Amino acid sequence: MDLIVNVKNYQRKAWLCVKPKGELDMAVADDFRKRLTEAMQFFGCRYLWCDFSAVTFIDSSGLGVLLGRYRELAPLGGKIIITGANELVYRLLLAGGLHKLMEIDRPLSMRYSEEGI
Amino acid sequence: MAEQTKISSWAGREVLAAADANKMLFRFLSRSENVALARLLAAAAVAERDTTVVELDEIKVAVSEAVSNAIIHGYGNEPQHYVEMSIAVNQRELCISIHDDGVGILDIEQAMRPSFSTEGRMGLGFAFMQSFMDEVEVFSVPRAGTTVSMRKKLA
Repeated sequence: MDLIVNVKNYQRKAWLCVKPKGELDMAVADDFRKRLTEAMQFFGCRYLWCDFSAVTFIDSSGLGVLLGRYRELAPLGGKIIITGANELVYRLLLAGGLHKLMEIDRPLSMRYSEEGI
Repeated sequence: MAEQTKISSWAGREVLAAADANKMLFRFLSRSENVALARLLAAAAVAERDTTVVELDEIKVAVSEAVSNAIIHGYGNEPQHYVEMSIAVNQRELCISIHDDGVGILDIEQAMRPSFSTEGRMGLGFAFMQSFMDEVEVFSVPRAGTTVSMRKKLA
């Protein structure tokens, strides 16, 4: 899978920023999990920032990877934020209940579509 | 015997029997990259109807979950088996069945409960199928295979 990883300083904390590309289903879930875990250990980050602007699809396999990282980070006082999700991905993150555990940015298109044209 | 009754009571049979329904059958290996293939085929099958983007997304998620279940649970992630997907669609409804010849499910009710899974998928597979399709039924024979039949009304 296509995954861009870097570390940014934000609010005096080191954030591991990841930008996966494509569809997060069972075909890529193992690879995604492995590379996230490796990067988190390598950089020693407790804060994970997922840029989902290049994610076109997610299902329970992809959500499971996120939940697994949350379970690792939460006891360490860590945090996960997700930005840039499209409407489908956003709806699935909510359907999986992840908004109760992570900060998830609401897609701009949804904010505007509520106004109607 | 109980399973027989269930199949005959399934509302999806009306679509399967309808004269105006288009029907198709796909057979593919239980390789993980075929999950994407399956959901694209299902979306393509309804592309001619007046489906909304949201409906298309819901169908893709439900198919993705059902095929993932067949590969992960039915075949234990072995890639050399076959998964079958049959689709029947008319102007009003869509019926999709996903079948595997895998290990089967001993306790279907337990398997459909969200917290059940031991895998890393939060046990959300059936929950997503049920919330994104109008009707989901599971027929399973231990050591012989599982069929998940889903029905969705098209707007």
